[in-house]
Amino acid sequence: MSLLEVKNIYTFYGQIQALKGISLEVNEGEIVTLIGSNGAGKSTTLRTISGMNKPRRGEVLYQGKPIHKMPANQIVALGISHVPEGRRIFPRLTVEENLEIGAYLLNDSKLVQERKERAFGLFPRLAERRTQKGGTLSGGEQQMLAIGRALMQDPKLLLMDEPSMGLAPVLVDFIFEIIQKLNQEGKTILLVEQNARLALEIAHRGYVLQTGKLTMQGPAKELAAKPEVQEAYLGGH
Amino acid sequence: MSIAELLSILPQTLLEGLLLGFVYAMVALGYTMVYGVLGLINFAHSEIFMIGAVTGIEVFRYLGNGGNPYLILLLAFIVAAAVSGTVAVLVERLAYRPLRRRGSKNVLVPLITAIGVSFLLQDLVRAIEALWHNEFNLQYPSYDTFNYDVLSKLGSPLGLTLAVKGLIVILVSILMLAGLNYLVNRTKLGKAIRAVAQDMSTAGLMGINPDVIISRTFLIGGSLAGVAGVLFGLVYTNVTPYSGFQPGIKAFTAAVLGGIGNIPGAVAGGLVLGELETLGGTYLGFLTGGNFGSEYAQVLAFLILILILLFRPQGLFGQNVSEKV
Ligand SMILES: Nc1ncnc2c1ncn2[C@@H]1O[C@H](COP(=O)(O)OP(=O)(O)OP(=O)(O)O)[C@@H](O)[C@H]1O
Ligand SMILES: [Mg+2]
Repeated sequence: MSLLEVKNIYTFYGQIQALKGISLEVNEGEIVTLIGSNGAGKSTTLRTISGMNKPRRGEVLYQGKPIHKMPANQIVALGISHVPEGRRIFPRLTVEENLEIGAYLLNDSKLVQERKERAFGLFPRLAERRTQKGGTLSGGEQQMLAIGRALMQDPKLLLMDEPSMGLAPVLVDFIFEIIQKLNQEGKTILLVEQNARLALEIAHRGYVLQTGKLTMQGPAKELAAKPEVQEAYLGGH
Repeated sequence: MSIAELLSILPQTLLEGLLLGFVYAMVALGYTMVYGVLGLINFAHSEIFMIGAVTGIEVFRYLGNGGNPYLILLLAFIVAAAVSGTVAVLVERLAYRPLRRRGSKNVLVPLITAIGVSFLLQDLVRAIEALWHNEFNLQYPSYDTFNYDVLSKLGSPLGLTLAVKGLIVILVSILMLAGLNYLVNRTKLGKAIRAVAQDMSTAGLMGINPDVIISRTFLIGGSLAGVAGVLFGLVYTNVTPYSGFQPGIKAFTAAVLGGIGNIPGAVAGGLVLGELETLGGTYLGFLTGGNFGSEYAQVLAFLILILILLFRPQGLFGQNVSEKV
């Protein structure tokens, strides 16, 4: 049984149909990447898994149990954390408060403190800025904070939406190293990326999404070798 | 009146403006906090305030004979806070939440609902009081101990007088504001309220149930308004089911003046408005050579407000710059 199973979901924004029957699976311990061009429905897929959007049809199973009717705040309690597109840091909470709010479901203040220190260990830049307001951080620092915040709940499954967006190349490498490190420490990761080259490099498997439908899927290496993928998503050769 | 005479009554005028300002501030907080989390102008909030004032009277009516007035007053605060807080929560649960569920983007619908709830509560209180006591013009009891001038012992510095009840307004308000400051900035609930105010859907991703937090916000704002209602009744004594309207509109104005959604702004806005109105009441007649008397104090206060907002439409403190009281 896979950790996460998305079965034929259809998700709408009002009249606009964003997903037209998506099915995918994520097994425990994997990095799975979802690639596709702008507006393909990558974010909507993650949003439907984390409960921010409700599918009109289809189901989402986590550890075999349906979760697609649950509100977002209950889904995160099951161990699924979502690092949303655009980071969505709380701009007028401090760095430290942003992390603490990430541990909202935890009642053990000692554990919260421990996790906070762990996040600061992972991202020393955040430690220097712990009393600074989230909204005053640079894009890269906000991305670190968004990841740190999602880890506060110690999730089993991490949904990451374009963590490399808008970052300088050095930072992109750093973020991808963090993703691999988290995976080695046991986190299962579903990664949405525009940077398909890097995503396919670190992922075990991948899915290609095009206007609300899956067009290709398979082991990351095989996907990266396909001419169609190279042409459309890897910028030629 | 000579300039010297006018100056000699200035300290007393400022002091009285402060009392009024604290009452406005406590009510303004409810408007601003609800606006902060929902973007909704909860016009029914003025009725939550009135319900606090009326509840206070009922406590005095049933327990006020012979007991220790301070103890009864304490009880009045607690019961009024509980009743007002509960009514505020019910209004959210029964009127605003169902609308939110429909997911309509039209902001006028909840606004008109709020106005409707406001009328409903006024007439509901009127009906209850009329059935219960055969009248709805209510009066706070006057205790000698509340009217005693606390400054007379200190030799009345600057000619000031301050009745015990005035001192109670100041102390209770400061206590409530300090409590709110602690709650919003230092507790988990406060952090969650701020998170929901800043980004509701992302707050959901953190495991926060926005409905619960919104409900708590109505509870806090409602309780503050309930206490403010008792303070108002204590000082101004006369309360009817329609007593909420004017102070409510002013408290709302105070919230806008401070920058709606901004908690310290609401407090500052309330104090500024209280002072403006009281100063106008005292000095307007003199300033206009007797053409406009104190009855125009509110016009003056609102004129100044409109001027301020012309130059600073975001309010004195801007929206949401910080959540510190
Ligand atoms: N809030 C919304 N309201 C209406 N339509 C939306 C909304 N969000 C997304 N859509 C539409 O749904 C479709 C899928 O959007 P989605 O954000 O999932 O794409 P994406 O693959 O994440 O794109 P990008 O790479 O640009 O982030 C698009 O056609 C988009 O216009
Ligand atoms: Mg997207």
